[in-house]
Amino acid sequence: MPTSPSELFDLAVVGAGPAGLAAAVTAADLGLRCVLLDGADRTGGQYYRHPAPGLGAARPDRLHHGWAAYTGLAARLTAHRRAEFRGGHQVWALERTEDGFAVHVTLGPEAAERTTVRARTVLLATGAYERQLPFPGWTLPGVVTAGGAQAMLKAGLVLPGRRIVVAGSGPLLLAAASSLVGAGADVPAVVEASGYLGYARRPGVLAAVPAKLVEGAGHGSALLRHGVRLRPRSAVVEAHGDERVTGVTVARLGADWRPLPGTERRIDCDALAVGHGLLPQIELATELGAQTRTGPDGAVALRVDARLRTTVPGLWSAGETNGVGGADLALAEGELAAHAIAGEPPERALLRRRARLRAFAELMAAAHRPGPGWTGWLRPDTDVCRCEEVPVARIREAVEELGAGDPRTVKLLTRAGMGWCQGRMCGPAVACLSGATGAGPDRRPLACPVPLSQLAAGASE
Amino acid sequence: MTRRRTPAALVEADPGPAHRIEFDGRPVRALPGQSIAAALWADGVLAWRTTRVGGRPRGAFCGIGACFDCLATVNGRANQRLCLLPAEPGTVVTTQEGHGRADLAV
Amino acid sequence: MVGAGVVGAACAYYAARAGLAVAVVDRGPVAGGTTGAGEGNLLVSDKEPGPELDLALLSLRLWRELAEQLGPAVEYEPKGGVVVASTAAGQQALRDFAAGQAAVGVSAEEVPAERLHELEPHLAPGLAGGYHYPQDAQVQPALAAAHLLREARRMGAELSTGETVTAVERGPDGAVRGVRTDRRRLAAPAVVNATGAWGAELAALAGAHLPVLPRRGFVLVTEPLPRVVRHKVYSADYVADVASGSAGLQTSSVIEGTPGGPVLIGASRERVGFDRTISHEAIGRLAAEAAALFPVLAQVAVMRTYRGFRPYLPDHLPAIGEDPRVPGLYHACGHEGAGIGLAPATGLLISEQLTGKRSELDLAPFRADRFPASTDPLEKP
Repeated sequence: MPTSPSELFDLAVVGAGPAGLAAAVTAADLGLRCVLLDGADRTGGQYYRHPAPGLGAARPDRLHHGWAAYTGLAARLTAHRRAEFRGGHQVWALERTEDGFAVHVTLGPEAAERTTVRARTVLLATGAYERQLPFPGWTLPGVVTAGGAQAMLKAGLVLPGRRIVVAGSGPLLLAAASSLVGAGADVPAVVEASGYLGYARRPGVLAAVPAKLVEGAGHGSALLRHGVRLRPRSAVVEAHGDERVTGVTVARLGADWRPLPGTERRIDCDALAVGHGLLPQIELATELGAQTRTGPDGAVALRVDARLRTTVPGLWSAGETNGVGGADLALAEGELAAHAIAGEPPERALLRRRARLRAFAELMAAAHRPGPGWTGWLRPDTDVCRCEEVPVARIREAVEELGAGDPRTVKLLTRAGMGWCQGRMCGPAVACLSGATGAGPDRRPLACPVPLSQLAAGASE
Repeated sequence: MTRRRTPAALVEADPGPAHRIEFDGRPVRALPGQSIAAALWADGVLAWRTTRVGGRPRGAFCGIGACFDCLATVNGRANQRLCLLPAEPGTVVTTQEGHGRADLAV
Repeated sequence: MVGAGVVGAACAYYAARAGLAVAVVDRGPVAGGTTGAGEGNLLVSDKEPGPELDLALLSLRLWRELAEQLGPAVEYEPKGGVVVASTAAGQQALRDFAAGQAAVGVSAEEVPAERLHELEPHLAPGLAGGYHYPQDAQVQPALAAAHLLREARRMGAELSTGETVTAVERGPDGAVRGVRTDRRRLAAPAVVNATGAWGAELAALAGAHLPVLPRRGFVLVTEPLPRVVRHKVYSADYVADVASGSAGLQTSSVIEGTPGGPVLIGASRERVGFDRTISHEAIGRLAAEAAALFPVLAQVAVMRTYRGFRPYLPDHLPAIGEDPRVPGLYHACGHEGAGIGLAPATGLLISEQLTGKRSELDLAPFRADRFPASTDPLEKP
């Protein structure tokens, strides 16, 4: 490694997806010495996730929208002397220090070793993970997240099955279905809980982002060509199977997402890709006390000002962490944040672009916000917390008999959210079942598990 | 005759030579750069862990390292995320029962 | 009862059982303060003879009864404690300490170095010896509080969370008449201050001075494991740290398994107000000490750390009983790190006082007016 571990960077960017890449390259252009950190070995994040070189993919662009934007940024990053990418760097905590921040890192997927990166400022570009809502059978092998199916396809060129139902809510479903079909899967149905009517309420916003429409239309026509049936206002209310999924039951939903009795129909499949949009991954900032806001989709995101500063001095945030809005918005915000960190005035066109995309994102978010009736497809024995195997009945007991009225108390009383994933998969469901309104961010002091010996090494630093 | 649509065909992949990893004592083919989870999916294996409480089968769910459902024992080390770990030649993967740490019990 | 932590819950339980009409009010949720951040220590091993040990012995007896009544949900485990010393001098100090405790009914058995591994096979080699305290036990604190409250409610108590007490109302004679909250007025001739680390605030609302200060602690939570630690195991230094009044950071290992799977690693102490920021120094030291005591934990993953604020009073004793300065104001706070263990005794003693019964223990050492008014509760370290 060309730098000593104690080197103080001007900027550490956490996350090498669209926002982080754009920020690192722009900041370096503007004269800042920056380090770009990511848990993965390669840049790209989840959006630009792509096959390992050993797979020899000649046309990775076929799995991506806007692939050229990525290759352009990646090439600029490689060529830059002031920007350095460090892969395999999983950041588990940020610590404020006298001269900025200590970025605490565990190395590689095995968490083999600890290191600390120091920087005057930090830009959080940690993206998002998928929002899940439990349903009977969702823990069966073969049930995967929509993003997970895409990630495994993009990176490993594999599918979870031959006949894959795609379900949930949000624009990711169409993208996932279209990739899966392109890769040879049979997708008997795309089951979307919302009615897509939300977009139509403010057509002006839609018209302002034609690229999004083109992207959506592209997926739509690809799906039509392959005979994929789109089922709006419907949900998978159960996955069937014993050792793995063999079929799903789909039901129509009322306006509040309550499944309508008598509308159930079974679809045979050997895999299900499911997701309900994305949730900002913000614990590195909230553990430092950064303030948050709740978006129209009910997701908690970081509160940032017009220059993308969080409420923690020296800490900026770009992309999905500010509210999920897609790659184009993330690219714009990365660039804007870099200007702000470098003390340069923002480009007016970029500001306008960001405002337009942000408005569109909020509209999309509102359209796909889960309706409260989704709990109607739960059964008492449905596991809500996958890690700790906590069923609905235990959560209801905590709420109805033990006085819990918020997700943290439910967690203390049931262990829901206390397992390996630290509530990332069950968080929204637990919050909803707890009856909480306007719950704050989940507390996650360690952004990923850290071997005890590595924490211990911090004591002697 | 049309070529069968596959992920590899979609991106016109020309992978390096395949190698082998071991899953529960039997060989599984892996392509260079694939994660262990990808190699197992390609082999039709979707589960490589049983849960602590109910003993239910689990495998990859989120595919990006966030859900920790894809834990298994790799080269003797418990609780490794197969969706992140590369399938290096000779990797030995074992279905993990529960916490995977029975050897530590007293 | 102001406060729905384990102490407020125990007060509500015993008061409701004594036939009193009880309302529990908390501005947060059940077990939302220090209770929810506790490890659930029911210890006699760390207490020297005196009023706190008397309280702990009474409490242990009550916990045994409660565990039968509340059932397995509260995860009561009479697992015993093992205190280990790393030096011969440390072992001698433990010996002296245990001798004093034996006189008041604490069972303790010396464990020579060569027998430590029979009790705890994963302990590091090279320790000088230790003491086994079979009476030490553990309970899951949040569940304990919630189930005590559930029982109290079954006996007629009312629970209201998310409701903030804004004033303590007093009559012309100075006696308490009830509280005002952000929702309503609650008339009651007795108000119990079970607000833990926030006890000074509630006392002040009633015009009383009570210098409760927060003493921050971190706990590390490992990945789920089989039973690797059988007892509550801690280092001899822990006793000294508990007794210290220092504001600076102190850490000493307290390590235990849980029925849920994870091993819990405490305990750090520092007086930094209600600062929630993670202290990397504190968690680093906790980790280092745990790995030194149980080398097998070094490669285990830590999934989470949590922090809590122990309600600390300068002489390390809680305030229990009616405030001589404010008739009708009862204190049940300031238990520092021992609140889970001491909760039942506190609840029982309060309910005895409320119903005019003869108390099982002398409450004089716990009087709230024992601190000079110059002890500023807002003192910064």
